[in-house]
Amino acid sequence: MNPRSRRILLPAVAGLVVLALWQGLHLAINEEMRFLLPGPGAVWQAFHDQGPALWRATLNTAQGALLGFILAVAVSSTLAIVLSLSPWVRASLYPYLMALQMTPLPVLAPICVIWVGAGLKSVTLLTFVIAFFPLVVNTTQGLISTDRHLVELFLLYRANRWQQLVRLRIPAALPYFFTGLRIAATLAPIGAVVADMNAGSSAGDGGGLGFQAVIYSSQARYPALFATALTTCLLGFVLNAAVLALAWRVLHQWHDSYERSDR
Amino acid sequence: MPHPIVTFRSATKRFGAGPVVLDRLDLEINAGDFVSLIGPSGCGKSTLLRVVAGLTPLESGTVTLAPDAGEVSFVFQEATLLPWLTAGANVEVPLQLRGVDSATRATIRERMLGRVRLAEKRDAFPRQLSGGQKMRVSLARALALAPSILLLDEPFGALDEMTREHLNEELLTLREQESWTALFVTHSVMEAVFLSNRIIVMAANPGRVHAEIPVPLPYSRTPETRLTPEFQALVARVSRVLRSVEGAIEA
Repeated sequence: MNPRSRRILLPAVAGLVVLALWQGLHLAINEEMRFLLPGPGAVWQAFHDQGPALWRATLNTAQGALLGFILAVAVSSTLAIVLSLSPWVRASLYPYLMALQMTPLPVLAPICVIWVGAGLKSVTLLTFVIAFFPLVVNTTQGLISTDRHLVELFLLYRANRWQQLVRLRIPAALPYFFTGLRIAATLAPIGAVVADMNAGSSAGDGGGLGFQAVIYSSQARYPALFATALTTCLLGFVLNAAVLALAWRVLHQWHDSYERSDR
Repeated sequence: MPHPIVTFRSATKRFGAGPVVLDRLDLEINAGDFVSLIGPSGCGKSTLLRVVAGLTPLESGTVTLAPDAGEVSFVFQEATLLPWLTAGANVEVPLQLRGVDSATRATIRERMLGRVRLAEKRDAFPRQLSGGQKMRVSLARALALAPSILLLDEPFGALDEMTREHLNEELLTLREQESWTALFVTHSVMEAVFLSNRIIVMAANPGRVHAEIPVPLPYSRTPETRLTPEFQALVARVSRVLRSVEGAIEA
């Protein structure tokens, strides 16, 4: 079996096994308790029935997740450059960044709602908060971890601070940045859904996946709830795949983490 | 008439309250010299290079570069290539930092890669190159600014014996094409004798000049040079002096 077909075939077979186990487990539960774990068929039916609602909710959540994520990338990159300038700045600001990260989203959510109102704005802001920390920490670490010899080389050729930053520190920090980006890409969709559950709104845009989950749960529509959970997974998967593809594009030619086997 | 291009006068250096790395060192390097610095670790030979390069200041005394001394280039122990740039782009880095336009950069890049026989590796990334190839790119980069002084800090120390000998020969060939003055730090007596016209044996604690041994072998030197009795005798002599310095430390 060649590696390519193995990469597709193995997960497909594993997926079928999981589906079979799922159905088996569903049938093994006695009949009046079966609602606890709807079978694959019922969930598929829910996808079908709730398709338009789920699709609209997915677009809303994706919008919040993406906006928050992009905002986090922009702000964290800028802040990381400031933080990399001096250990004094780092020592002064790190505790507050940590504090921001330590505050649970459901606690921040109502505050956000007071400030910017429920809905997309709150979801974006909360996603920003959760995606921000891994990005700023990793990027800063990358910017201050430049090989000492390379820094000396630049000093020797009398590079100014700007040249040092743009031609040396930023490219050297890229692998660290992408590590942060991958963590942030995992957190952003989760953050957006949790934010939506706590600060979502059905007004105007009709709410996102978190809001939808709250509705289904309150109406005891469990197959639809499972379908919502799967949709959330899928959204996270797409964002992660996009970030992995981007990282590969930027790094694969030169970085050791992409050691090629064809050499 | 040779004139001094680098002059040390009572050069003294210590790092903080640590041991004295260089103790009132006097040394003149003449234009066109190939000077090897050899000695036990801690004798300050690498520090000497870093002082000339301006990477670290002296505590007291002076190091003076002749007014007509041009660019100073440094070749580090490791190749120190930027891993995200191709071999060709790495050679261009010093030129780019000086604001040289891209057409001129390309001309110099091609000439330098040709000189180190790596023209066909222009688009290869450092991780696709062998240790010897990386060091040759590093040499090409150092020579891109057409330096008049080249500082080399054990550049071939991490390479195998065969590669090292080849690169020694290439280094001399390069010097015939563009006459720079070399200050070369090494642990290898063979290498020092093969390359230099002067060998400075240094002693440690505190770092100072212990002896200077001239190498009267004529350039151009070839692999056959290493087989001559004169060469062997010089290697034996330098080794003896070096052992006496190292013995003095153990005693």
